[in-house]
Amino acid sequence: MTTVAPTTTQRLEVRGDADVVRVRQLVRGVAQEARLSLVVQTKLVTAASELARNTLVHGGGGHVTVELVTEGARTGVRAVFADDGPGIADLDLALTDGWTSGGGLGLGLSGSRRLVERFSIDSAPGAGTRVEIVTWSR
Amino acid sequence: MSDASTGALSQVLTRHADEVRTAWLDAAAAELHGRSSRGELDREQTEIFEALVGGLADGGTTLRDAAFDQLRGILADVSAARARLGYTPRETAMAVFALKEGLYALVSDASVRTDITSLLRLVDDLGLYTFEAFAEAREAIITEQSEQLLELSTPVVKIWDGVVAVPLVGTLDSARTQVVMEKLLNTLVETGSEHAIIDITGVPAVDTQVAQHLFKTVVAARLMGAQCTISGIRPQIAQTIVSLGIEFGDIRTRASLADALLDALESGGRSAAEVTG
Amino acid sequence: MNDAIPILKIGSTLLVSIQVDLQDTTALRLQEDLAERITTTGARGVIIDISGLEIVDSFIGRMLATVAAISQVLDARTVVVGMRPAVAITLVELGLSLGGARTALDVDRGLALLESDDTPSAGATLLDAAKRRAQ
Ligand SMILES: Nc1ncnc2c1ncn2[C@@H]1O[C@H](COP(=O)(O)OP(=O)(O)OP(=O)(O)O)[C@@H](O)[C@H]1O
Ligand SMILES: [Mg+2]
Repeated sequence: MTTVAPTTTQRLEVRGDADVVRVRQLVRGVAQEARLSLVVQTKLVTAASELARNTLVHGGGGHVTVELVTEGARTGVRAVFADDGPGIADLDLALTDGWTSGGGLGLGLSGSRRLVERFSIDSAPGAGTRVEIVTWSR
Repeated sequence: MSDASTGALSQVLTRHADEVRTAWLDAAAAELHGRSSRGELDREQTEIFEALVGGLADGGTTLRDAAFDQLRGILADVSAARARLGYTPRETAMAVFALKEGLYALVSDASVRTDITSLLRLVDDLGLYTFEAFAEAREAIITEQSEQLLELSTPVVKIWDGVVAVPLVGTLDSARTQVVMEKLLNTLVETGSEHAIIDITGVPAVDTQVAQHLFKTVVAARLMGAQCTISGIRPQIAQTIVSLGIEFGDIRTRASLADALLDALESGGRSAAEVTG
Repeated sequence: MNDAIPILKIGSTLLVSIQVDLQDTTALRLQEDLAERITTTGARGVIIDISGLEIVDSFIGRMLATVAAISQVLDARTVVVGMRPAVAITLVELGLSLGGARTALDVDRGLALLESDDTPSAGATLLDAAKRRAQ
């Protein structure tokens, strides 16, 4: 119903390998609550996995917040990945398919942008990185 | 909130239930002339009335209160049912607003000294809530129907042991192509088929996005261990594909559905694909 | 938390069935274990069943491609089987390929694929079936 659904925000620390798995599971749960279709869920969880790993590997750890959002009859999921790491100097470059500063495939950022409906990134050298993604039920 | 406590309002309603209910039923029946039987309306109103009285007794002042959880649930169900049965939004909301007729009867009744203004306001909220719930239910039905229509217009069929095909007819938009893609891939798993054929003989033209979706379907099928052939590409579409610079190089294409089927049967057990790009 | 994934040996084939959401270190360990087992057993084929996986991200994808590459160097073939449709669609959108890994719908077909590589004539079974039916 349109009566303001209380959106509970859930937060997870990302400090190690196992936390990336936890982020995936949390996002999956909220995605099911938001009644996203299976394919849309799978895309969202995959994007979350990429971004959480970036938070851990490149950002040196941080945290993730996940919430159910509503807009009229639509429901969706918003997730934010934040760290206080080194930040990204050249965002365009980082968002280029195949560009990696390390031994990755360089598909995490560019690929996850294609997997969600809304993708925004906020980062500067020395100021950490914050990536926000949103996907709606239809 | 005015002077009268919710407990007092609940008592007034209980005491004058017959009077209120009769006026309400008459007004609603007049509004919905013939759409719903009096019996149906009566049953529905009994539920709403009891939930309203119960909510007031529990101290509910506005519809959002937890005391009215049950009432909101009933209103949402009634609205959704009406939306499904093709009632108009007006008819649906009026059936609830008609409760005011019953309340006006109380105002003119000299024996009632409780101020029922707040109750009238609450009924306004009930009516609006019903209206919103109706609109939401309608929207859900429309979405559902357009999805069903999409499903219907994209029949994925098993044409041979191990071969599924989808003959596409008409204009392809991005949404429809995506539905086809998903359905085709799911059917491969459900039927244990290793070959898929997308026949686009009946498609007059495609745009970049659609061509890209077709391409992605073929690649996804390969990742799953199936081979996907596109048949019946018209000359115009071939031109589009070439001018768009899409790499159709390692995609299997055949002139007709029959050619594609023959080809699938010939490649037999060795269908699983080398996955590249 | 970080249990190793069991590797079964069936004839000259190694079979791995991934049933749980893989942690990165577990995936890396599987990659190492497989390389080790291919050499110690002289296996000719590796089948990795991912029908239990709800997602494959770039890390798992890269692991699968790497196993395929390693096995090729060790004269064995890798077949990834059972990828779910939603996972396949997502991988394509992500832009990921599985490198030299071959794919099959399920374990049985993966085994058949490995066998047919040894004996290429095993092919046209479907066509035979079709001909029989046409009679
Ligand atoms: N949270 C972050 N903090 C700092 N740098 C980052 C962050 N996220 C991404 N980057 C930078 O952007 C580059 C691209 O990220 P992307 O996820 O696309 O590739 P990758 O992580 O290197 O490889 P993979 O394909 O395995 O994810 C990274 O190599 C890194 O330099
Ligand atoms: Mg990354």
